[in-house]
Amino acid sequence: MEIVVNGELRAVAEGATVRSLLRELDLPESRVAVERNRAIVRKTDYADMGLSNGDRIEIVTFVGGG
Amino acid sequence: MDTPLTISGKTFRSRLLVGTGKYPDYPTMVKALEASGAEIVTVAVRRVNLDRSKESLLDHIDPKKYTLLPNTAACYTADDAVRTCLLAREAGMSNLVKLEVIGDEKTLFPDTEGLLAAARTLVKEGFIILPYTNDDPVMAKKLEDAGCAAVMPLAAPIGSGLGIRNPYNIRIILETVKVPVIVDAGVGTASDAAVAMELGCDGVLMNTGIAGAKDPVGMAEAMREAVSAGRKAFLAGRIPRKLYATASSPIDGTFF
Repeated sequence: MEIVVNGELRAVAEGATVRSLLRELDLPESRVAVERNRAIVRKTDYADMGLSNGDRIEIVTFVGGG
Repeated sequence: MDTPLTISGKTFRSRLLVGTGKYPDYPTMVKALEASGAEIVTVAVRRVNLDRSKESLLDHIDPKKYTLLPNTAACYTADDAVRTCLLAREAGMSNLVKLEVIGDEKTLFPDTEGLLAAARTLVKEGFIILPYTNDDPVMAKKLEDAGCAAVMPLAAPIGSGLGIRNPYNIRIILETVKVPVIVDAGVGTASDAAVAMELGCDGVLMNTGIAGAKDPVGMAEAMREAVSAGRKAFLAGRIPRKLYATASSPIDGTFF
């Protein structure tokens, strides 16, 4: 299936979850926050939050700023 | 003896808050943060780099050493600012945020209407809000009444280095609100920071003034000393300004 991650189209396996996506992207869970279709996904829900075809995912982190 | 800076029950020894943007490289930033003595550092919230080609800021900042203060920079609506704060809390596990809602691209002046609306929403969500606002005492009071933990009036436009454009308004803000007043944005050099502290402000937040200096580490040290000197001068109580001279040597005992 296909999802959109940070504005980019991406193919993920059926049964993928937020946790499996972060692992695939090699992103440490402690340093990011995730939105699925504009709703925040709590860290405690990463393992159980399944992804669906067409999902729009935003993954953000902290960068330098004032 | 000075009291520590207290924001929503948390105390800080340093009254200088610094940003983490615009440094030439991470090692310079790390040294500048160290030299500034700051305990609170601001960060922005942005999309993660998916190809991992760039180093992460968090590889260079120890969250145990610094209190991270996520900002809502580049948010032009209350909704975007609220969304950014919710994401920041999930990423950082803290309720502390620097709230900004920008109203104009050229001046980066705050949209205080959006700011107040976002602050009211975020207070209900349990956030500790430090709002970047105008040097407007009426708005400062409204933000305090909305439950903000401090108010952060600008000295001058962000990154302008113009220093405190309206010291009289800052003084009125200091008389108007009980929460800490932190001058945020527009500080260009050490004397600007000292002026803010001499007025009685509780702290100063800056980024470009340090990061954009020829020697950011040297400027960070200068800012630390300026904030400290300005604070001490405020506590010591300056002499009143007078138009004419008052001799400092006695008239008695003159022999001419």
